[in-house]
Amino acid sequence: MPSAAAQDQASPDRPLVIELRDIVKRFPGVVANDGVNLSVRQGTIHAIVGENGAGKSTLMKTLYGAHRPDEGTVRVNGDVQHFRSPRDAIAQGIGMVFQHFMLADNFTVWENVVLGDEPGNGVKLDIKAARDRIRQIAEQNGLDVDPDAYVGELGVGEKQRVEILKVLYRGAKILILDEPTAVLVPHEVDELFSSLRALTDEGATAVFISHKLDEVLKFADAITVIRAGRTVGEVPDPSTVTARDLAEMMVGSELPTPETRESTVTTEVALSVRELTVGTAPRPALDGVSFDVHRGEILGVAGVEGNGQTELIEAIMGLHQATGSVYLLGRDLAPLGTRERREAGIGYIPEDRQKDGLVLPFSLWENAMLGHQTRRPYSKGAWIDRAGAEERTRRIVEEFDVRTPGVEVPAFTLSGGNQQKLVVGREMTSEPSVLVAAHPTRGVDVGAQAIIWDILRDARAKGLATLLISADLEELIGLSDRLLVMLRGRVVAELSPSAVTPAELGSYMTGVTSMAAAGGEAH
Amino acid sequence: MFKRIANALTAPLLAAAVAIAVSSFALWVSGNSPFTAFSEMWQTIDSTESVVVIINAAVPFYVAGVAVAIGFQMNLFNIGANGQYQLAALFAAAAGAAVSLPAPVHVAFVLLVAIVVGGLWAAIAGVLKVTRNVNEVISTIMLNYIAIGLSAFLVAEYFRNEAVNLVAETKPLPPSAQLPALNRLLEVVGIDLGEGVILQGFLPFAIAIGIGYYLLLYRSRFGYDLRLSGLNPAAAQSAGVRPRAMVLKTIILSGCIAGLVGMSDLMADPQYHKYGDQFPKTLGFTGLALALLGRNHPGGIAAAALVWATIERATQRLSIIGIPQEIGTILQGSFLLAAVIVYEVIRRRNNERTAQEASARAAQSAPPPGPPGPPGGPAGDARPIGAV
Repeated sequence: MPSAAAQDQASPDRPLVIELRDIVKRFPGVVANDGVNLSVRQGTIHAIVGENGAGKSTLMKTLYGAHRPDEGTVRVNGDVQHFRSPRDAIAQGIGMVFQHFMLADNFTVWENVVLGDEPGNGVKLDIKAARDRIRQIAEQNGLDVDPDAYVGELGVGEKQRVEILKVLYRGAKILILDEPTAVLVPHEVDELFSSLRALTDEGATAVFISHKLDEVLKFADAITVIRAGRTVGEVPDPSTVTARDLAEMMVGSELPTPETRESTVTTEVALSVRELTVGTAPRPALDGVSFDVHRGEILGVAGVEGNGQTELIEAIMGLHQATGSVYLLGRDLAPLGTRERREAGIGYIPEDRQKDGLVLPFSLWENAMLGHQTRRPYSKGAWIDRAGAEERTRRIVEEFDVRTPGVEVPAFTLSGGNQQKLVVGREMTSEPSVLVAAHPTRGVDVGAQAIIWDILRDARAKGLATLLISADLEELIGLSDRLLVMLRGRVVAELSPSAVTPAELGSYMTGVTSMAAAGGEAH
Repeated sequence: MFKRIANALTAPLLAAAVAIAVSSFALWVSGNSPFTAFSEMWQTIDSTESVVVIINAAVPFYVAGVAVAIGFQMNLFNIGANGQYQLAALFAAAAGAAVSLPAPVHVAFVLLVAIVVGGLWAAIAGVLKVTRNVNEVISTIMLNYIAIGLSAFLVAEYFRNEAVNLVAETKPLPPSAQLPALNRLLEVVGIDLGEGVILQGFLPFAIAIGIGYYLLLYRSRFGYDLRLSGLNPAAAQSAGVRPRAMVLKTIILSGCIAGLVGMSDLMADPQYHKYGDQFPKTLGFTGLALALLGRNHPGGIAAAALVWATIERATQRLSIIGIPQEIGTILQGSFLLAAVIVYEVIRRRNNERTAQEASARAAQSAPPPGPPGPPGGPAGDARPIGAV
């Protein structure tokens, strides 16, 4: 809980140092920020929370001058600013501390700090002045780090302090930190925030991004919540909200009505995953995950992106080195490569259709055979069966309502939704026994989404076992028979979709609620 | 259909116009008349004999272009065709001269040696790439130097024809390993070549290589996987292609075809029939240019090879009327550069147009309004080198 002093720091009489109004930033095909507001008062630690993809990083880039917003105003200390580059931002006292350190390991701390802004007269580097100033800044702000140590020998927490030193050395009064705690262990988190507190006591301001709600509530003086590119909540006093309130704001509180339908789940295990692990200790990306998917069942996997879901599906598809086992209808898949796994009956809808699921310059019929090119009707022996492939593609186009003038046109001419329907249709017509579907409706319009949902439900009724990974909580709750929650590479909860709200799911995903704490909620 | 052909011809014609303009400027600056020069060059193709000589020269160019294009199809730069064909020609020449076999078997044997040696030499770059992630551009360039040094050494020390004193060269291939001239075939269709001009016998093999290349790339599963890997490696992997095996196979295949580059000169050109200092040295680099010009297409490369050979022959005539031959190099260079630029411009324009037409037609064919226009942007960016 924030201290009384902290609440005092958030009080409205402190001047606003940053004021963003109605920021809109578009990228080709997406609106990353669509009306973001942010007000940060001087001398405070301000948290920005939101799910991955909510637009936090885009907002940060706007703030430190990495790009210019399409609409809206940026005010710093009351003056409207049009940053053209990070250089302009630093001139106004705004500095960025990146999540991924940008340090040269074989340089010392002070060398790293002055790099790009060396003191001296252009010929001679004034080493003494540099060292003295760094030592002074470090002491003033309680940043305990030896200026002469080599960066390569420092721990993660110390490296982060060097990054902060770099920014302060350049005269920043407003620090922006992108997920600063993502790489830190708990006691380093405490150290970081006590350093930031020391900074704000000196009059500086800190803005940090996080989706760990506990630390946000513990350390922030004010909170801004962003969802889907918009500011959905501004909390001037964190003591008035709970983690659950924040989670609800982050994921949206509209509750979908889960489909009431008969369960088609059978007792026959189609896909069995045992102790699947990717990466190495101490932080494997996927950490001993086990579960079964039955025929006629949709098993949903929820989780904030980057908590091991990608590694999970890639390990199942044989795209990623992994330890542990995967069984398809009782058959050990360990000796099989990706092609053999697909031939054995796993359908695969990849996370990113344009990157992994389609070859955009290829025609539709060439795309329809992607991943199925070894099988009829797409090929006969070593040769492509063009007539067979085209006929099958026409069937996919018809059955799955792919809007296209023909099967000859290149895939890039299709809209995102139609591309995705082609991918889904291609996997479904091969009649797999297991479907691994990652974000099957991401980025598609509402109509296509409904069609894809229907396809998945129909296939389930016919006995397909589906592993569904999605960031859309409504989709997960609406489609799944069971839900797993992944956090830091582990399955941390198994929930019943009929007994969970998106907000609850969100708090499991962010680690606010755990199975142990929630006790009876899970089964 | 007519539209497609017109479309395909736009780019080369535009590029040719640019190249002629640039060369004319160079001629004018150097105080020569562009008109005289080009009309002299035009006369190159005025006789059947001259055309046959051009075809002979184009054959090894074509094989080199196909060899390089195989790599281009999956974004692999086989700069090493030079080294591959040098070594292949040396071993094929030495092995062919060392054995005695009946004619068809002997020919097959020499070709096989060339294919195997070219493939093996290319495999070095392939293994380095898949096991040590060594860029194939660097390794094949290095291997070129090694191959040139190695073949000079081997010719001098091991495969030397002791009967010849002044130059280091292999023994000539026995007649059973030589490919006969095709003049008789031409006579059947009523073309009678004059004395001393022959249509060299490797032409049918080159045509077979072109057809084989087309079938393999566009009709076989292997070719599908290959083009797929070039256009979108991530999707290829998701579709079950093993990327490293694919890289290795493609480099080796490219090397195998490269091994055949020197076979036209070795087996079908009476001037050679042996490997030595006089043997052509830079056909591999020409292949790079032709694969680019021909957009990796078997027909396109053939056209490019003929144009290239024509320019080379035409420029020989220039010195007769006192115009520097280097104008031919300028013509080739500016043609290549202009072609690459024009192809890219036309490809982008076509992509946009295709996307617009498709969305318009899709909107018409489906009564409920479809989703908004497609993202045309990333469409062709992943195209392999030289492709349109």
